[in-house]
Amino acid sequence: MDFVNAVVQGTLLGGLYALFAAGLSLIFGVMRLVNIAHGDLIVLAAYLGLTTTVALGVHPLVALVVVVPAMAGIGYVLQRCVLNHTLGDDILPPLLVTFGLSVIIQNALLEGYSADPQKMDAGALETASVALGPLSLGVLPLLTFAIAVAVIAGLQWTFYRTPLGRAFRATSDNQDIAQLMGLNKRHVFGLAMALALAVTAVAGILLGIRTSFDPSVGGGRLIFGFEAVIIGGLGNLWGTLVGGVILGVAQTVGATINPGWQLLAGHIAFLVILAVRPNGLFPRISA
Amino acid sequence: MPDAILKLSKLNAFYGDFQALYDVDLNVNEGEVLAIIGANGAGKTTLLRSISGLIGNDPAQVTFRGTSIGAERPDVVARMGLAMVPEGRQLFPSLSVEENLMIGGRVNRKGPWTLRKVYDLFPILEERKAQASTSLSGGQQQMVAIGRALMSNPELIMFDEISLGLAPVIIRDIYAALPGIVGGGMSAVIVEQDITKALAVSSRVYCLQEGRVSLEGKSGAVSRDDIARAYFGVE
Repeated sequence: MDFVNAVVQGTLLGGLYALFAAGLSLIFGVMRLVNIAHGDLIVLAAYLGLTTTVALGVHPLVALVVVVPAMAGIGYVLQRCVLNHTLGDDILPPLLVTFGLSVIIQNALLEGYSADPQKMDAGALETASVALGPLSLGVLPLLTFAIAVAVIAGLQWTFYRTPLGRAFRATSDNQDIAQLMGLNKRHVFGLAMALALAVTAVAGILLGIRTSFDPSVGGGRLIFGFEAVIIGGLGNLWGTLVGGVILGVAQTVGATINPGWQLLAGHIAFLVILAVRPNGLFPRISA
Repeated sequence: MPDAILKLSKLNAFYGDFQALYDVDLNVNEGEVLAIIGANGAGKTTLLRSISGLIGNDPAQVTFRGTSIGAERPDVVARMGLAMVPEGRQLFPSLSVEENLMIGGRVNRKGPWTLRKVYDLFPILEERKAQASTSLSGGQQQMVAIGRALMSNPELIMFDEISLGLAPVIIRDIYAALPGIVGGGMSAVIVEQDITKALAVSSRVYCLQEGRVSLEGKSGAVSRDDIARAYFGVE
């Protein structure tokens, strides 16, 4: 029964990891940018959520109304003012610049909020649970998983059913020709980053309700996000959800065997999949 | 010439440190079909990339309807009414046939060309509209590339190596469709290796040789010998 419970809890945890990963996957898919600062941007969103809840006295989920557009705005400006200038044939500049960005965000948060762990207060939602036979499922993890599925379905729909998604895919395929179609690639990239950070905002708030956070935890979230993306296969959003679930299940099952093995088990699952299927489980078939 | 829609004045274009075009002067007149011929490496594709904005130049080196566009971004140039059918089709592989056409219409210029009109011109595309663009034959892909450019309702359309890599029968079909495309007052620039085809559809012709204009004249008036000299640079 412990194992069934671990698998179910891990699956729900995987929803959070999929949210960490979705923004990463989207940015890489559209502009081949590996964003090292992604984890720190998640933490930044959590702090923005904290400030919003404290300043306005609202529930953390209500704070999404403020934090999602704020992060989207930050994403657009960041892309237009900084990251667009790093993109080119060489993949090193964006890595270095986002690494620098990661350091800047961490230190700015440390300066602004101190190193004390913080947590958002979601009231009864944090402890509410529903019984499912012998299992007890937290309402928050269930909600997180449902949000993850909704976000990924929404991204999928945006990508394959809207003019914006067509612009993303066309620019990703061939930047020169996309520009000949009247698409300003800098603007398209800005919109992609805005969308990615809007998702990051959701991930950050849910992270901040679930656990305590401090300015240094971004790196770990980045690793989980990367692992979920790679397990699922680059460029496949539903694969990213599966990747998050596999990672979450590996961690909770590992923790059931021995509490010290939680992170290790996740990394081992990642390495095994990388060794057996180097392109991930569901790589997008590229032309 | 007052009725030039596109004018290149002393265009010097570079690929990195390599100079590909030297002082190229060229006019495209309103409503005409202009052919540009020349050997591989003569600078034809560089010329089109300079016009479309993919290669940046001094502003005044390229003027479109009197506006200097030499330094404009390609998306701005496209919105002004300049479309290109690129060499080798270069369709978007992750977009379906219809999506490829729709992205061409994103420029949102008013005009006669709609999805419906493109399907009327190339009916096979309507049958294949949901397919991945890369699953089509080369000729059908070329039709998509032409339709994609038309969807922006351009005032000037540029074809780069329209017949490259296509079977002769397909090339004939595509050229047969050309009058229906440029008949509505649209100006066109055709870059072509097949000199006979280029001369047959155009009213004037330029020949490029090693980045310079080596011949300019009416398509009906230039002799084979003139072209051979201009093309290969032999006396």
